[in-house]
This record gives sequence, structure tokens and C-alpha cells, in this order.
Amino acid sequence: MPVQLTDRAWLWVAAALYLLGFLQGTWSLWRGGRPSGSATYVLIVVGYFAQLGGLGIRGRAVAGCPLGNTFELVQFIAWSAITLYLLVGVTFRHSLLGYFTSCLAAALTLLSLSIGPWDATQRSHIFGRNPWIELHAALAVFSYGVFALLALTSVMYLLRNYSLKSKHIGGWFSFLPSILDLDHIGVRLLTAGVSILTVSLVVIWAFWWHHPESASLTKVSIAMAIWLVAVIALTLRLRGQLLSRRFAWACVALFMAALGSLFAVDRSRHSAATVTTTMSPA
Amino acid sequence: MSTGGLFVIGATHRNAPLEVREKLSLSEAATIALRAELATVAGLKEFAMLSTCNRIEFYGVAASPDTTGHIAAAFCARQQFDRQAFDKIRLELRGPEAIEHLVQVAAGLDSQMVGETEIFHQVKDAYARAQAAGLTGAILNRVFQKGFQAAKHVRTSTAITAGQVSVANVAVELAGTIFGSLQDARILLLGAGEIGEKTAKAFQSRGAAALTVASRRLERAMELARALGASAMPFEQREHRLAEFDVVVCATAAPEVVISAAATHAAIAKRPARPLFFIDQALPRDVDPAVAGIQNVFLYNLDDLARIADQNRTARNAELAKGQAIVAEKVAALWRHIEPQLARLESAEPEQRVAAANSQPQTG
Repeated sequence: MPVQLTDRAWLWVAAALYLLGFLQGTWSLWRGGRPSGSATYVLIVVGYFAQLGGLGIRGRAVAGCPLGNTFELVQFIAWSAITLYLLVGVTFRHSLLGYFTSCLAAALTLLSLSIGPWDATQRSHIFGRNPWIELHAALAVFSYGVFALLALTSVMYLLRNYSLKSKHIGGWFSFLPSILDLDHIGVRLLTAGVSILTVSLVVIWAFWWHHPESASLTKVSIAMAIWLVAVIALTLRLRGQLLSRRFAWACVALFMAALGSLFAVDRSRHSAATVTTTMSPA
Repeated sequence: MSTGGLFVIGATHRNAPLEVREKLSLSEAATIALRAELATVAGLKEFAMLSTCNRIEFYGVAASPDTTGHIAAAFCARQQFDRQAFDKIRLELRGPEAIEHLVQVAAGLDSQMVGETEIFHQVKDAYARAQAAGLTGAILNRVFQKGFQAAKHVRTSTAITAGQVSVANVAVELAGTIFGSLQDARILLLGAGEIGEKTAKAFQSRGAAALTVASRRLERAMELARALGASAMPFEQREHRLAEFDVVVCATAAPEVVISAAATHAAIAKRPARPLFFIDQALPRDVDPAVAGIQNVFLYNLDDLARIADQNRTARNAELAKGQAIVAEKVAALWRHIEPQLARLESAEPEQRVAAANSQPQTG
């Protein structure tokens, strides 16, 4: 008879695997070697499917995409970031990105699992029976996952820039990708995040046009603000006005703002009288 | 324990200074002639010769311990080298110590520049030649093949090959950390001297194709450009056309700065998203030090490159003990298989030895 694990149990398994990937990488770096890209990759892939299983169970329980509380939002962001990580090229998977990704995923998943109040209120049917609102919400949070990965590559860029400017290129700095590659992937990730968030907003605007009473202006405004910041950063970067370290710092700030906006969204839910018509997390 | 059959004798950089190694160095013709001569030495069952600029070594399997003396005599006679002088510097190891030496040599642990990889190919080549000439048998085949596996294991399990140890290669490695692939990188070489040429060649060996040479003497720049398969440009255009290049190798003898901070600012403004890397190998320096403070510009001078090369060398040496421990472990395992084969060979009658050797499997 197959073992029946709860959604949280699967998510704990995923968190443990991400943590294992991070610890394995740290141990390799501590011993002066390169973290095994393959070992980290396998741990992340297995963790990814465990997390997918946990979110799937939760999704069935709440009858929709599990985005009903802070716990679910943070879990979904971590899962989105891993999805993107699995899609990027082999070069990046083998040059500390896996290590950094496992660190971020472990931090987000463990944090969300450890803070009980984040998962105290489980909301079901938060999108009613409207698939468009659900699509908007899922895309918006997925784009935040893209921004999470962007923040990681930006941190790697800052470390690489520091190592080159300070002329400390040995040790674990030597395992970082080239600064030009990091810059290129940063632009691509920001473009991807902006595109996904744009689609998400187009969906909700189209819906809101016909049913203005069904959406929360606060939440849409927050998502719009994040989108605007991302678009400005991308435009300035493409025009050559936001470059190098400043661009990297802007990308880190963008993710922090996106993460912060989710807490604001969740707080607004608590104050809302009804939960069944909640518009979206973004 | 049987140790007499398997041996290595020779001379290496550890005991023989350069002027001695020059005299011991074998030409291609001399190598062929000596190989033919050694094939007739009584009691020498198998052998292979390794000749590089840092070592001349004979690996072999012999029926009697005095065979190495015959090899030394034949070698000294061919090179017209004093036999007593050779005995003073001679390396001679037997049994597991000979295998250990082979693995250390192939892994680059015994090289002057620890971790160099060229030696691995040289040992492989020496073995391939001996094998092709029918001079190796079951024992040397196993020793060399397992030795190569052990050497590869040492190189992949330790950091003895990590980091470049020559100034030119450090510069190229740095360019890789900035641009990734160097195939699309555009290189400008300022100065047509030996140092710059060496660095330019190091870039070309890593795939850099777009190389331009500028020197205060245009004809010299054109001459070097022809030799390198590059293009030349007038030295006076260096600052004006700076934005066209990704890497600038500066190696002029100019007494003053030839690349100013103002020109670099102007160049980076034209290509803000693409980094600019200066390698200043000149003394006095060619590039204004203020350039280092510009965003997306990286400046390394001769001291920086030498310091990194030195750090890499120190790091490689620190890995020696780890590599030697792996070698010891691998050699002990290999010796357990080789020793009974050697014992059978030694205990056999002369006419049985060939049959005993040939009865062993060819590979391990």
C-alpha cells in the first residue's frame, strides 16, 4: 500500500532536499572544491517534484491554485524559481547557480513551513469559479519566481564584479560564470518576468473592464506598481542607462519589493470581509 | 616480495641541471636508434622510453637486476656522456616505487610546474610508441594503462591543475571570467615586443580570432600582425578606436601613459553594456591607473598578474600531498596485481619467461 503523505509532509521533503543540495555545495566549497553540478541538480529535481506533489495536494484541497495565504504564496514563488532554474542552460546549472538556487529554495520553503501563522488560515475557492482570475494570480506569482531567480543571478553578478575589481579571483569565486554571461541572463530573466507579469495584468484588466466589482483595486494596484518598477528597470537597462552593479542592485530590490508586496496583499485579505471573492494575490 | 623485475632509470630535473639535461636530450633519430639497440639487451623483457625537456626515463621489465646497468651504459655511450657522472644524477626505482613514479609523472606531480597537463600526453605518446614497436608486454601494458587512470583520477580529484601559472595564461583566464567565450572577443595588442606577442598567442590558443596589433613602428606592427594572422593599425588611432575592442593588451616601451582615463570614459560610453579589459604588462605602465575606477572596466597590471600566478602555484603545491596520497593508494592496489606476474616471470626458466609474459592478459 503506498504511503499517503500530507501536503505539508511533501513540502517538508522538498525543503529537506533543497537544504541537502545547499549543504552539499557548502561542504564542497568548504573543502576547496567545486560543488557538484550534477548532485545539486538531482537533489533540486527530486525536491521540485516533491514540492509539486505537495502543492498539488494542497491545490485539490483548496480547489484551485494554492495561493490563498502567505505560506502558499512563498511556496509557489520558490517552486516558480526552481522551474526557471530547470529551464536555463547547462552552463549556468554547473556554475554555482544550482548552489545559489538550492540556498534560496531551502530558505523560502523552510521559512514558510516554520512560521505556523502563515498557514493558519487555509482558504478554498478563492478564485470562485473564474479561471481568468486564477490564471492572472498564478502568472503574477510565477513572475515573482522569475524575479527571485533574477535576484540570485544579480547577487552572483555582484560577487563576480567584486572579485574582478578587488582582484580576488581564486577560491570559490573561480566557480562563478563570466560577468558578461551573468549580465546577459539578467536581462533575459527580467524580460521574461516583465512579459509574464504583463500577460497577467492584461488578463485581469480585460476581466476587470467588464466586472469591476469582482477585483480588489489595492491588489491590482500593487501588482501594477511592481510591473512598473520592472518595466522601468528593463527600459533603462536596454537604453544603457542602468548598467553593471546598479542594474544588479535594482534587480535585487525588485525581488524584495515583489516579496514585500505579497505580505501587503495577504494583510489586506485579513482585513477583507469576504474571502471567497478574493481577487488575486498580486 | 618481488621488486627486481619492474624498474625505471633515468635523469630528471630534480637531480640534473639544465646544462646536463641538454646533453642527455635525445633527438628523434637517436631515440629510434637507441630503442633498436635496447631491444637487443639480454634479459630486458619489456621497455618504454620517455624523453622530454625535463626528463629522460626508461621504464622496463627485466629478468635480472643488472639489466639497468646495461641500459645506462648503452644510453651514455650513445650520448657520449660520462657514465660516472650519469650514475651521480641517476634516478633508479624498482617495483611499486617505479609505478608510483610513473603515476606521479603522468599526473604532473613530479613536474617543475606542478599540475601541468602536457606531460600526461607525453607519457601517453611514449607508451604508444613503445607499444606500436612491440616493446611492451602484459606487465608494462597494465602498469601504463592503470597508471593513466590513476593520473586522471589525481587530476580530477585534486586542484593541482586549477588556475594558470604563467602571466600570459593568467591574463587569458581573466578575460574568460569577464567575457566567457573568447571567440567573439576583439583583442588589441599595443606594442610589438616579445611579452605582448606571447600574450596574443595565448589568446589565440583559446580561440580569440579578432586580433589587431598597433605599435609605434607601423612596419613592426604589420610584421607581427602577418606572423599572427592578425590585422595592424596605426598606433595614433589607439584611443580613438578603443571602443572597438574588448581586451587591450598593453606592452609598449613608452615612457608615459598611452591609454588615458578620459579616452576610456569615452570608449565605454559608446559601448556601455560591454566590459572593457586592460592587461597592462608594460613598465612603466601604459594605462592610467584611474581607469580601474570606471564602471565595467577592469585593469590588471604586471604585479596583479604575477601575484595571481603565484597564488595559483601555491595552491597547486598545496594539493601535492592530497595527490600523492591518491597515488599511493592506487599504486598499492595495482602492485597487488602486478607482483604475482613479476614473481612468475622471475621464477621461470629463461625459455619459459617469454611464454610466462605472453600468457598474461594484455590489459588490466
